[in-house]
Amino acid sequence: MSTKQSTKRNAKVSSKKSARKSTKKSTRVSTRKTKAAAAPKSARAPKRTAAKAATKAMPVASASEFMAHAYAMEAEAAERYAEFADSMEMHNNHEVAELFRKLSRIEQRHADQILEQMGWKQSPVSSADYRWEGTEGPETADPTELHYLMQPYHALQIALHNEKRARDFFAHLAKVATNGGVRKGALEMREEEAEHVRLIEEWLKRTPVPGSNWETDQDPPVLSD
Amino acid sequence: MNSTVAAAPITAQAFKSDYKPIWCPGCGDYSVLSSFTKAFAKLDLRPESVAVVSGIGCSSRIPAYTNCYGFHGVHGRSLAAASGLKLARPDLTVVVASGDGDGYSIGGNHFLHACRRNVDLTYVVMDNHVYGMTKGQPSPTTEPDWDSKLSPGGTGLRTFNPLVIALAAGANFVARAFSGDPNGTADIIADAIRTPGFSFVEILSPCVTFRPEQREWKQLVRPGPVTTTDDAARAARRIMTDDGFNIGVLYKGQRKPYQPPVGKGKKRPSDLEAEFAI
Repeated sequence: MSTKQSTKRNAKVSSKKSARKSTKKSTRVSTRKTKAAAAPKSARAPKRTAAKAATKAMPVASASEFMAHAYAMEAEAAERYAEFADSMEMHNNHEVAELFRKLSRIEQRHADQILEQMGWKQSPVSSADYRWEGTEGPETADPTELHYLMQPYHALQIALHNEKRARDFFAHLAKVATNGGVRKGALEMREEEAEHVRLIEEWLKRTPVPGSNWETDQDPPVLSD
Repeated sequence: MNSTVAAAPITAQAFKSDYKPIWCPGCGDYSVLSSFTKAFAKLDLRPESVAVVSGIGCSSRIPAYTNCYGFHGVHGRSLAAASGLKLARPDLTVVVASGDGDGYSIGGNHFLHACRRNVDLTYVVMDNHVYGMTKGQPSPTTEPDWDSKLSPGGTGLRTFNPLVIALAAGANFVARAFSGDPNGTADIIADAIRTPGFSFVEILSPCVTFRPEQREWKQLVRPGPVTTTDDAARAARRIMTDDGFNIGVLYKGQRKPYQPPVGKGKKRPSDLEAEFAI
């Protein structure tokens, strides 16, 4: 396949997506606006909607099943942030590594709280057995958003985007739930995620915005540069 | 009372080694590693029953990051080493990791004959259409018009179609996956391992350093609109007419895996060792 063909196809896909977007609530609108000033090329928000990231099995049939999904979401997010932290550590970006490590710990704590609340000793199902309608859970960060020179501001933008997706996912779930327990749980989780959005927004206000040349590398890995 | 204690279910984490990957941040291979470990856990394999064999390149670093037997071999020769291992130790689950340069260029001939032999292996190729480790040279799957300082104006060469080649050469399982869908990819790898014979899984795994435009792949991939077939000709037609972004299991055949000769004339490893003794 040629790169020209690929671009053409991409344009086609994008236009289809925009058509779809007009009928669905997008989770990325506000994130994109705040990112515009200093977003890394790699930190582009994924073009998935919260509704699309919902499970195929929706509406979730029972409160227990709902909590299992919530657990899978938090555990998957924790695992991904830990991977990001490792990756940043290996590239000597220790400040961002520490931030991702912290985010991973926060998500893992949420996952552990769900286990405790449900009286489960371990995950009710393997995370590999989950099927989200998008390719990954609504709170799982996209690996292609990383950049080895990224700064804490960028990492927080990624986290903010994910928290917003999670909030919208639970809002959507509450809307379509047919089971009262599921609706109640989804509304509670939506509020919790909304609180996380607020906390990260506060955190971002205290974080320096990177300069326009933040990704300049005096010894770049790409020979053609 | 039953005194036996059931073994605890194995987790994907148990298959991760203590070494941290050194791939570029954003590389698709991180997710492929995650899919490997999830697939092993899904199949309830034990680390001591799995061997990951590789050649050279970014993708071939995977054995170091998995907590099981591993062999980081010679460029393009991972399938030769893996075939030998599987024939000598049929009890092991042998998974081979490669990239489009290692697997389709220098290892191209091994690829053909591994498909033809149909030894019970799972061959996973992380395809990013570029030689990443050596700084961005075009590989056999690079588009002919990909312009770079190392290939001004593009190579003008037709791309290698690994899935069709695998079918024509006799692979018993052919699938395409995407690194951005680690759970779906884990399912496909598990299916490939479960299927007897030579299983080939091509994983689209973006190289964000040399092919940053591949970040867009996540917008292009979608589940293939057709079900798995056992008709190789039909599968080949489907692959040749798709745009390279349909994912899923395309073909599952019925060929019996290659078995080494048994009985008279069969040599044990110790006999072979004696032949080479000085």
